[in-house]
Amino acid sequence: MSGSEFVPLSLVPMLIGIFVAVACALPGNFLVLRRQALIGDAISHVVLPGIVVAFLLTGMVTTWPMLLGAAGASIIAVLAIEGVRRLGKIESGAAMGVIFTAMFAGGVLLLEQSDTSNVHLDVEHALYGNLESLIWLDATGWASLLDPEALATIPVELPRMAVTLLFVALFTALFWRPLKISTFDEGFARTIGLKTGPLGLGLVIVAAIAAVAAFDAVGSIIVIAMFICPPAAARMMTNRLEHQIAWSVLFATLAAVVGYVLAGYGPLWIGMRDSVSAAGMIATVSGVILGFAAVFGPHRHRGAAAPAA
Amino acid sequence: MIWEALFLQLGYNATLVTLGATLLGMAAGVGGTFLFLRKRALVSDAISHATLPGVALAFMVMVSFGGDGRNLIGLLAGAALSAGAGLLLVSWLSNRTRLAEDAAIGSVLSVFFGLGIVLLTVIQTMSAGRQAGLEDFLLGSTAGMLRSDALIIAVAAALTLALVLLLRRPLTLASFDPEYGTAIGQNVPRTDLAMMGLVLAVTVVGLKIVGLILIVALLIIPPVTARFWSERTDHVVLISGTLGGIAAYIGAALSAAQPNLPTGPIIVLVGFALFALSLLLAPGRGALSALLRHRRYQRRVHLRQGLLALAHGQPIYEQRTLRLLRAEGYALPDGVATQAGRGRAAKALRDETRWQLIRSDPAYKAAAQQYDGLTPIETVLTTDQIREIDSRIDLRGGVMA
Repeated sequence: MSGSEFVPLSLVPMLIGIFVAVACALPGNFLVLRRQALIGDAISHVVLPGIVVAFLLTGMVTTWPMLLGAAGASIIAVLAIEGVRRLGKIESGAAMGVIFTAMFAGGVLLLEQSDTSNVHLDVEHALYGNLESLIWLDATGWASLLDPEALATIPVELPRMAVTLLFVALFTALFWRPLKISTFDEGFARTIGLKTGPLGLGLVIVAAIAAVAAFDAVGSIIVIAMFICPPAAARMMTNRLEHQIAWSVLFATLAAVVGYVLAGYGPLWIGMRDSVSAAGMIATVSGVILGFAAVFGPHRHRGAAAPAA
Repeated sequence: MIWEALFLQLGYNATLVTLGATLLGMAAGVGGTFLFLRKRALVSDAISHATLPGVALAFMVMVSFGGDGRNLIGLLAGAALSAGAGLLLVSWLSNRTRLAEDAAIGSVLSVFFGLGIVLLTVIQTMSAGRQAGLEDFLLGSTAGMLRSDALIIAVAAALTLALVLLLRRPLTLASFDPEYGTAIGQNVPRTDLAMMGLVLAVTVVGLKIVGLILIVALLIIPPVTARFWSERTDHVVLISGTLGGIAAYIGAALSAAQPNLPTGPIIVLVGFALFALSLLLAPGRGALSALLRHRRYQRRVHLRQGLLALAHGQPIYEQRTLRLLRAEGYALPDGVATQAGRGRAAKALRDETRWQLIRSDPAYKAAAQQYDGLTPIETVLTTDQIREIDSRIDLRGGVMA
């Protein structure tokens, strides 16, 4: 495949896919270890009412109101889940189930009630996005990467996702030690004076930021898959957190690239005319990777010592 | 229109759908209670999302055999098969690998759903063209439902409800006290399997009405709501079933009356409204009653401290204490005790002295443990015991002012 075809059509979506996957997988490692894996699921559901409310308030489908609306909705959801859990003494899974389903239902209802016929806003888009449509029309080949005029028309999702990834990576690096200690031994973390409460909340907020930024480009399903599948697969490969993070980044990248290629070109190879959903395919590939790791991974069993390498 | 819908006057199909939804809501409320008590509420989320590839595959298989592809029984059978596969994978991942159940749930949910989306886009491009409304399974849709489909759903919901009611005793035991269940010879793993089977049945039957994204709400919200109203398992089961039925009934009726109100979200929001009311108003566990309890407690602490201060002749600076004492008629606005106030203060001081004495006497150890500064001593000791304590106080020489 030549650069003149690859760069305008596939480079940008593929890069966005990789950025999304890695940005979600990084906090996902900690969420999986802290048994908060389903926070990602909850957040990605409540993003919908957030953007619908933002749309109703501003009347536009533009980036910043939608991001703010989604972020606001995630924070409300996190607080509401915590409130229900404490007030009603209800376990967190059920509290989460109550809040995110209700908020999602509210979002769907608002969407059906309001006139969104002339804007691109619907439930399907929220669920599985449209990664394939993020093409870079003005690019003519690899040389366009150095051409400022062509670069100016690159889809805005790409730099946004790059910044998000940078932010998530910075957070992980800066708070590496406190995160690691409080994830494995919260009591010890508290005795050495770490603020585990704000740290946990910060982690959830960073995850929410990654989810909200990713959601617009790729829909929520890929976000949930990337929060959980690459870290879960990485967990089967090693007992060391540093290595686990590295594996999860590798798996996330692999899922994004293979998934995108399979979705875009796979159907053509087996003689079908049209491509299939890239977001769905990336999620599927991450599941296949997890499946292999769960069957063959050296550390797949609970509590087992490291196998003789 | 709305009243006609609520009283089932909107024609045969709408009535059938509403009744089916009600039965389904009841089955979901009862079945969901066991799931909730077992602390596995979100397993249902994995099950429901895992139905999507099954629906899509069933459609493709039926089309490739020359059928229409829209046969509801065929689609639901496909949904049940792939949901079953998802359920098995969740339990395999959480039992056989080091993954916790929540990670297993999340991965199965997202991967199956992603696969389902891929298959949906394949169907979109199939020569059979039209997607046959498979997207309706995402959010549910009862508008324009075929009569035969409505009948299938109503019958299936009734069967599911019957099944839940049949299994309620072993399920209650297993979810309330699995150890005891094992001890008296019940096969708890098999009961768990039956519970999951029920959840699967509710999910599959509810696909067309509520949709796969929101069906978990039917299984989670009613039990959580019911938990506010009772501490007894059998009552929670009953209340939850009733609430589920009410939410589904009102929701289905409303959406039948207003064509642009999607059924699933309305049912969920009605259920959530019931939940929010319970969270606020339920006696005992509700927020309002907790607030009142807290205020009452503060009031007792303030009154006691105020009375002790009066007894010692100390000035009272705390405004709230003073306000409470005045309201009870124990003190004048300037903080001087009234006649009644002096009597109560003396009693409070005497009680405090009694408490101090029994707390230092090992013979009253059990009683002394009840000391919190608020419990009246008469509720802990008999009159004889109090008299005995008082004789000791008098011997020590008139602590009483």
